[in-house]
Amino acid sequence: SGGFQMVSLVSLSEVTEEGVRFRSPYDGDETLLSPEKSVEIQNALGSDIIMQLDDVVSSTVTGPRVEEAMYRSIRWLDRCIAAHQRPDKQNLFAIIQGGLDADLRTTCLEEMTKRDVPGFAIGGLSGGESKGQFWRMVALSTSRLPKDKPRYLMGVGYATDLVVCVALGCDMFDCVFPTRTARFGSALVPTGNLQLKKKQYEKDFRPIDNDCACPTCQKHSRAFLHALLHSDNTAALHHLTVHNIAYQLQLMSAVRASIVEKRFPDFVRDFMGTMYGDPTLCPTWATEALASVGITL
Amino acid sequence: MDIPACLLYTKTGSAPHLTHQTLHTIHGLPAMAQLTLSSLAEHHEVLAEYKEGIGKFIGMPELLLYCSLHDPVSPCPAGYVTNKSVSVWGLGGRVEMTASKFMAIQQALQPDWFQCLSDGEASCEEATSIKRARKSVDRSLLFLDNCLRLQEESEVLQRSAIIGVIEGGDMMEERLRSARETAKRPVGGFLLDGFQGNPATLETRLHLLSSVTAELPEDKPRLICGVSRPDEVLECIERGVDLFESFFPYQVTERGCALTFSFDYQPNPEETLLQQNGIQEEIKYVDQTKKIKTTSCNQEMTSFEINLKEKKYQEDFDPLVRGCSCYCCKNHTRAYIHHLLVTNELLAGVLLMMHNFEHYFGFFHSIREALKSDRLAQLKELIRRQAS
Repeated sequence: SGGFQMVSLVSLSEVTEEGVRFRSPYDGDETLLSPEKSVEIQNALGSDIIMQLDDVVSSTVTGPRVEEAMYRSIRWLDRCIAAHQRPDKQNLFAIIQGGLDADLRTTCLEEMTKRDVPGFAIGGLSGGESKGQFWRMVALSTSRLPKDKPRYLMGVGYATDLVVCVALGCDMFDCVFPTRTARFGSALVPTGNLQLKKKQYEKDFRPIDNDCACPTCQKHSRAFLHALLHSDNTAALHHLTVHNIAYQLQLMSAVRASIVEKRFPDFVRDFMGTMYGDPTLCPTWATEALASVGITL
Repeated sequence: MDIPACLLYTKTGSAPHLTHQTLHTIHGLPAMAQLTLSSLAEHHEVLAEYKEGIGKFIGMPELLLYCSLHDPVSPCPAGYVTNKSVSVWGLGGRVEMTASKFMAIQQALQPDWFQCLSDGEASCEEATSIKRARKSVDRSLLFLDNCLRLQEESEVLQRSAIIGVIEGGDMMEERLRSARETAKRPVGGFLLDGFQGNPATLETRLHLLSSVTAELPEDKPRLICGVSRPDEVLECIERGVDLFESFFPYQVTERGCALTFSFDYQPNPEETLLQQNGIQEEIKYVDQTKKIKTTSCNQEMTSFEINLKEKKYQEDFDPLVRGCSCYCCKNHTRAYIHHLLVTNELLAGVLLMMHNFEHYFGFFHSIREALKSDRLAQLKELIRRQAS
């Protein structure tokens, strides 16, 4: 919807009740992005899911600005709902705000769930906040969102975060991480990641992951990718991008299968064991978050 | 392999921008790929330990492989050839090779063909002296004889064919000597070196080219390096050249352009009209030689292509080339490619490379068809009309 850019481009933007005004650093041109304009653009793009324009503040911000942004997001949600020209074809999701303040977030949840939208996103997280605060806000949000509508946690993320947040009740995720890290030469594997540019992979003739069915792992070795990454051929980046996306999709597919087959807690234990060497070695915040929903490691 | 043909251009053993899967969506892929020693020499140790050859290492076991010394796109600095060694320039710096080091590297690579170590610097400066031209021939023959001898001592190396390199600068006498002497050796084919440059410099050397190929046996392939433009390709085919590099579509891609020239030398009357109108329009808009700075080539745009960065493509919902069967033309529009270029997305390079390769390979297919039906003159006229 353009909301996140209020954070990422905060120095080039100005927020008022009307909308957010962005200034181009190249030619000084200004663009006003209002809830109406955002929905208009998304209607033209024709995506199946569209997002409300929310008033987003960085999760490290404290004070009255957080409360202002939360209430404004509710008002902007209503404006987006009113402006939406294609509710039969495109699903408008609300975005829960309220920062790291439990009271503010609760208020936001109460208000937004009064609106009949097809889905809810959990926003304002996955910035610079501590993981301890992060999981508590996620859990709070999922506990108060309807069970029969998708819960989309924006900006997540790393494999561990995905698994834990599924346990906390989230359904959908998005993140630049797997493709961005691919472009930096990092391949995702069940034990973490391989920094393929490093010398240790120069003569490693195995694929990135023996069990991975992606085209990169079917055809190429770590050694070849290492050599290609040190060249100026962008194909290296594409090989890793394909693999990392496959990794993510495989992970979520395995998560789903374990849920359907009623063995999700075992899956989580296995996952943590592989990732951290031992389930008990997984980060404290993850252990606490999982415990809160009855999964012990 | 059907000839005339082009070789698939690669960088560090991979088609530029393309994964194996993406590469294989391209129709008319050449049977042989070109690898460059300049991009692979620094990985010598790794390949030696790998043992199974460069084809398998890069994931192209199904293609024939030809290993050239240099990358035609990035000419290396002159002044590094001695009587004993030749240097190539990789991304990690200079790699100096004596004949034995060179053959050791080829032993690790195990390509089907490889260009022999040679002295290509007689054609580097504006006016070569007869002395320098003579030296290039002498040195290259010496390298060739040394390499052939080393090949005799190795079973692995005998599985590859050495391509003899014809040198001699712009001196007819030396060129003929180079051709005759090289032809006496048991080489698998011939590389005509020193004809690269621009269309103007090639034109002055066409006479030389004809004389050289006349000295070479008919039953061994003649490759040329540094010549890839459609008009130049046709001139060289008429003068006995069989195999070309396909770096031109790569250069076009790097400047954000798409090949659009027609090679349909016998279209139906309706198509002719549409095409003529199309060509007219493109020529009208193409200004005199535009210099487009890109990361890897400072080449000027040709009239065989359109520049997708131009604002006029912002709302052009046609494919790059109407009727093209490539993935890009079947799925995307000029407007989309324009958008990708403006937003600096890597996908622009991927899609443009797919189109430009397919278009170029289609051109070579039309050359072979034209030769079979004795219509090369028509094709040549069509290309000439479109050359700037």
